[in-house]
Amino acid sequence: MMVVKIDKQKWSSGINQLKSTYDVYGPAKQGKTYEFQKLGSEQLPDLTVQNTTLSPKSIVFPQSEKMFSFHTDENKSGHHILKEMNNQSMPKAVLGIRPCDAKAFQLVKLNFDTCEYKDPYWIRAYESTTLIGLACNNPCSTCFCTSTGCGPFSETGLDVLLMDQGDSFIAKSLTPKGENLLKTATWSDSFDPATAESILKSGKEKAESKIASRVKTDQLASKSIMKIYEAPFWDDVAFSCINCGTCTFSCPTCWCFDIQDETKGCQGIRTRNWDTCMSPLFTLHGSGHNPRGEKTSRVRQRFMHKLKYFLDKYNQGIMCVGCGRCVRLCPVNIDIRQICNMMNSYQPS
Amino acid sequence: MIEYQKKIQNIAERLLNEKKVDVVLGFKKGTIPMMNQPCLVRVPDETQKLVWDSNCGINLTNYLTNRKERIGIIAKGCDTRNIVTHIVENKIKREQLVIIGVPCTGMIDKAKINGLMVNEIAEVSEHNQEITITDSRGATKTIQKKEVLQSNCSICKYKNPVIYDELVADLVPESKDIDRYEDIRKIESMASSEKFKFFEDMLSTCIRCYACRNACPLCYCPTCFVDESKPQWLGKGMDPIDIRTFHFLRAYHCAGRCTDCGSCERACPMDITVRQFTKKLEKDCVELFGWEAGLTLDKRPPLDHYKTNDPQSFIK
Repeated sequence: MMVVKIDKQKWSSGINQLKSTYDVYGPAKQGKTYEFQKLGSEQLPDLTVQNTTLSPKSIVFPQSEKMFSFHTDENKSGHHILKEMNNQSMPKAVLGIRPCDAKAFQLVKLNFDTCEYKDPYWIRAYESTTLIGLACNNPCSTCFCTSTGCGPFSETGLDVLLMDQGDSFIAKSLTPKGENLLKTATWSDSFDPATAESILKSGKEKAESKIASRVKTDQLASKSIMKIYEAPFWDDVAFSCINCGTCTFSCPTCWCFDIQDETKGCQGIRTRNWDTCMSPLFTLHGSGHNPRGEKTSRVRQRFMHKLKYFLDKYNQGIMCVGCGRCVRLCPVNIDIRQICNMMNSYQPS
Repeated sequence: MIEYQKKIQNIAERLLNEKKVDVVLGFKKGTIPMMNQPCLVRVPDETQKLVWDSNCGINLTNYLTNRKERIGIIAKGCDTRNIVTHIVENKIKREQLVIIGVPCTGMIDKAKINGLMVNEIAEVSEHNQEITITDSRGATKTIQKKEVLQSNCSICKYKNPVIYDELVADLVPESKDIDRYEDIRKIESMASSEKFKFFEDMLSTCIRCYACRNACPLCYCPTCFVDESKPQWLGKGMDPIDIRTFHFLRAYHCAGRCTDCGSCERACPMDITVRQFTKKLEKDCVELFGWEAGLTLDKRPPLDHYKTNDPQSFIK
């Protein structure tokens, strides 16, 4: 572990150094919202943003990603053969990612990087990305990260943790990747690790004390899947839902995708695109049958997957990091915190 | 607003007690500032959870489509215009409904309020036509509601319900001499390339979540054209052509039917001003057909019927 102090006057020069080795991402104004985007040559991340509207998952898992190209002209060689697209890019550095969003990559990794299946696109992008987290001194009122095995100063999944100290940052590297990044940026003013730990500890306590929003998850594992599935509250939970994709698309842990071939003449590409369990098309079979044809079953699927199936399958807690985005953005105020508590406390009669 | 709320609760309770309706469709208090949640109340005892304030911008007509019970629905001016459209389009029967009309003084715009404070908003309260905002550090600001209205509400011509069975308060004065189309004329006057750039920028942040479509009471197609898979009309990725096609076609499908209730913009997580499209078509319908949507049960919208004396020859 290496701890350095980054004087804010050296912040921008360090970032510019990084740009020769990394594609540097950070929060920036985009349209009317703040999102993670690739920073331009003189652009700095805007670290005044509490939380970006969308999560930074698209940096590793783009909303639409080209997988293969092909052609169908039988007079030419190689027809109907999928050729892998060259998706190689520079290593990426994500500056100012929040601890919740970094932890989310760890949860998604459980799905994309397993003994049985390795998703080359996700793994390649993830492994070439360095995550420089910014501890949350002022969490939002909708943040409930301390209930999800995460927290405003959580280090899980990060390569570097930054804590804003006013005119400087304390930067604690957590992995060799993180150390490399600090060296590349020539941020090397060493700082006493013990002092850093005590500053981080008090910062953490202060930030965690500001989080008033909590969920209970302690009973979820012991509940029967079928009993919760058949609980009487799902129709009420789903009533106001309009079945848009806002919750799933803004969620840092939602990973579902759809694969499509797009052709023009004889040329084609195979892409994968984010999909959402809120859409009827997500589960529509080729036969025309739809096992989740009704709104209630789709809403139930979202919460059962995040709060029960995932937990049972991986034993790594719920598939939610408590970032609060779905709570803030849902057009009709469906609040995962309430639903999680309902599921956790449900006693079948 | 508190008087409105009491009256709404009383009417809902009475209708359920007298068994005039099976359910009442309204709002309950949300879990975060400036949000209420659409809800169904089935028993008189639960009517106390019904709320009314300036955060009831979601159009409840969206929840009526094809329902079979007798429903009491709490409806502001725009909602009632959509109820009329729903009845005309056979999505609900007039006899099924008891319309609890709310003379509306406009809904507030979350983004505008968020923009007024540096810190996160902790609470928003209202008294008469004043809004008091408290931020997470305890700072407060009191402003006139008219300064923070949703943009559709600030140019609304039909604040009062156009059709109702019960009324929760006296009718409010309608605004006179409103210029509804200032922004649209500006776009119309642009050169083609400028217009293209304008729309390109406007839609550049769209994530295709379809919240605009799904919050819209007009978008009740059993399968939307963007979700058709046999054949598939539209790519599913982030190609700007597909994104534009969705927005343009959706807007055209709402031509002569849109009441400018603003649910689409309110629902959009990216704050895209999708009403710019529907308003252009609304303006065309006013100018070409003298038509405003949802004002009468006696006429069909201009684009869903055929007249033998149509002035255009191509259609004969």
